[in-house]
Amino acid sequence: MEAFKEHVGLVVPLDRINVDTDQIIPKQFLKRIERTGFGEFLFNDWRYLENGDPNPEFVLNHPRYSGVSILIAGVNFGCGSSREHAPWALQQYGFKAILAPSFADIFRNNCYKNGILPIALPADVITSLSQAAHDTEGYQLMIDLEAQSVICSDGTAHTFEIGDFEKYCLLNGLDEIGWTLQYEADIAAYENR
Amino acid sequence: MKKTMYEKIWEAHLVRASADEVPILYIDTHLVHEVTSPQAFEGLRLNNRKVRRPDLTFATMDHNVPTTDRSLPITDLIAAKQMETLAQNCAEFDIPLYDIDSPEQGIVHVIGPELGITQPGTTIVCGDSHTSTHGALGALAFGIGTSEIEHVLATQCLLQQKSETFEIRIDGTLPYGVTAKDIILSIIGHIGIDGGNGAVVEYTGSAIRALSIEERMTVCNMSIEAGARAGMIAPDDATYEYIAGRRFAPKGEDFDAAVERWKELPTDDGATYDRTLQLDAADIAPQVTWGTNPGMVTDVTSRVPDPADMATTDEKRATEHALEYMDLQPGTPITDIPVDRVFIGSCTNSRISDLRAAAEVANGRKVAENVSAMVVPGSQAVKRQAEAEGLDEIFRAAGFEWREAGCSMCLGMNPDTLMPGQRCASTSNRNFEGRQGKGGRTHLVSPQMAAATAVTGHFVDIRKFQ
Ligand code: SF4
Repeated sequence: MEAFKEHVGLVVPLDRINVDTDQIIPKQFLKRIERTGFGEFLFNDWRYLENGDPNPEFVLNHPRYSGVSILIAGVNFGCGSSREHAPWALQQYGFKAILAPSFADIFRNNCYKNGILPIALPADVITSLSQAAHDTEGYQLMIDLEAQSVICSDGTAHTFEIGDFEKYCLLNGLDEIGWTLQYEADIAAYENR
Repeated sequence: MKKTMYEKIWEAHLVRASADEVPILYIDTHLVHEVTSPQAFEGLRLNNRKVRRPDLTFATMDHNVPTTDRSLPITDLIAAKQMETLAQNCAEFDIPLYDIDSPEQGIVHVIGPELGITQPGTTIVCGDSHTSTHGALGALAFGIGTSEIEHVLATQCLLQQKSETFEIRIDGTLPYGVTAKDIILSIIGHIGIDGGNGAVVEYTGSAIRALSIEERMTVCNMSIEAGARAGMIAPDDATYEYIAGRRFAPKGEDFDAAVERWKELPTDDGATYDRTLQLDAADIAPQVTWGTNPGMVTDVTSRVPDPADMATTDEKRATEHALEYMDLQPGTPITDIPVDRVFIGSCTNSRISDLRAAAEVANGRKVAENVSAMVVPGSQAVKRQAEAEGLDEIFRAAGFEWREAGCSMCLGMNPDTLMPGQRCASTSNRNFEGRQGKGGRTHLVSPQMAAATAVTGHFVDIRKFQ
């Protein structure tokens, strides 16, 4: 897994709550047997019109957001299906971090496994960051995982919570399977109980 | 110390739990299907790893199998490739597979309990969020992503943080015409689609006890729609009776010994949960969703809500979006909403009791003109049973299509999809935008309500349906 330490990137606000994984990557794109090739279908049904042209209304299609790597969204981001294709699509589109007041459980887990950092911040902080991203073209944020902090250009910092193990995995780009396999003896002992 | 059922199962499966590490949890049963597994097997190959316990792993094809004549070739070549890949992976790693031609094939959450694979007190995972279904038999069962599938294949373990416990207690008697589906929809309506986030829900109370095992599966199935990690119901005599004699169930003395162990599982008297919610079964009415997530739900006797009545700006905006997508006007009585399609199926409501309930409504009636309706059994075994009981004849005579087993229009990965703008009464579990087909509009209901809607062409209160 790719390590995550620090990141500075352009921010896009997605003003929706309860964004589900069916929206992040619709089911017609789940038939691939590879881990790649999902980025172009991210938010497909919102992003493209019936005729396949980009939907000019959809925020990711606004030229000012080209090259974004940080997404801000409403509560309960990533609810619904367990499809890891959702974080794959986000990551392959270029997202490194997602900021929201809350995340769905399985989705958040899936993010960690793919080097994407899901950051939960209080709703009022999310609202103000989202507003700033709307108001200021080229709005960027810096994320410092070691310090567990989201830092605005004026120096304001918002700290966030993350589990020690998740943090350790992300900072080191850890292979979790390898980590578990070092306890092979414990697993075998459990099986022989 | 008094313990909840979740805590008992959790502790019994800890391979390693030291204070400053994430716990390693042993997995008893790993269910695999074609859509979320190919990348996991590929990961094993790339790292030269094996499947640790193929004997604890079971695979089936369900998500994108066609539900039409199985003797015809599959026309969707990418879907066919995905199924073929699963077959190759199972052969390579020695995993038993119930493929499309198998008499046991079916939706993974239908065949698990059906084959006796699902047992009380076990840990069960699958790369599918509705794995919570298996909790109906007193198992700890939850959905995982593809990286975790690879992890379980390689280690038979998962790195897991312990969840909160959440008791949802429903006492009282369900009114006539109100089903397990209405219980769970009404719970989600109460707590919201993130109301169970981070928690393992245990459903308790006399109304839950009174449910059949299949009905309990319907309730546990949709735990994930409230954001819960898992849903579970303590095993009882009905559970043991259900399991007895099934293919993978313990036999003879082993079964008796297993039952003795299973009797230790229920939450101790006096154990506490992190959260609790109480509802009265008598207050629950048949439910219909009006929006684009399962929490956007109301009583059939009610009306489409007005965004102006929403408490927060976010909710107001979400309701506006939903009504626009659903093409509904605030204040419209639910029973005035006409449908184009009816889908009876999915891991929520495709078991034999669901089909019996729908057939009872359909019997001697006709699907309304302008409505096309289909019934998709959850497994080939359900299909055979239904045919033995003549349910297929009842459905066909009423004008329903009768299909082969699979996920079908629950998510429309196979050719069974809604056309843009079509409105569907569906017994499935998700009414997300585009879930059943791009631009399609889904209303979630019980099998009885779906059948009655098919017949009348619009939603009806099943309690008054003659
Ligand atoms: S029936 Fe629907 S919800 Fe159930 S496993 Fe299949 S696709 Fe998922």
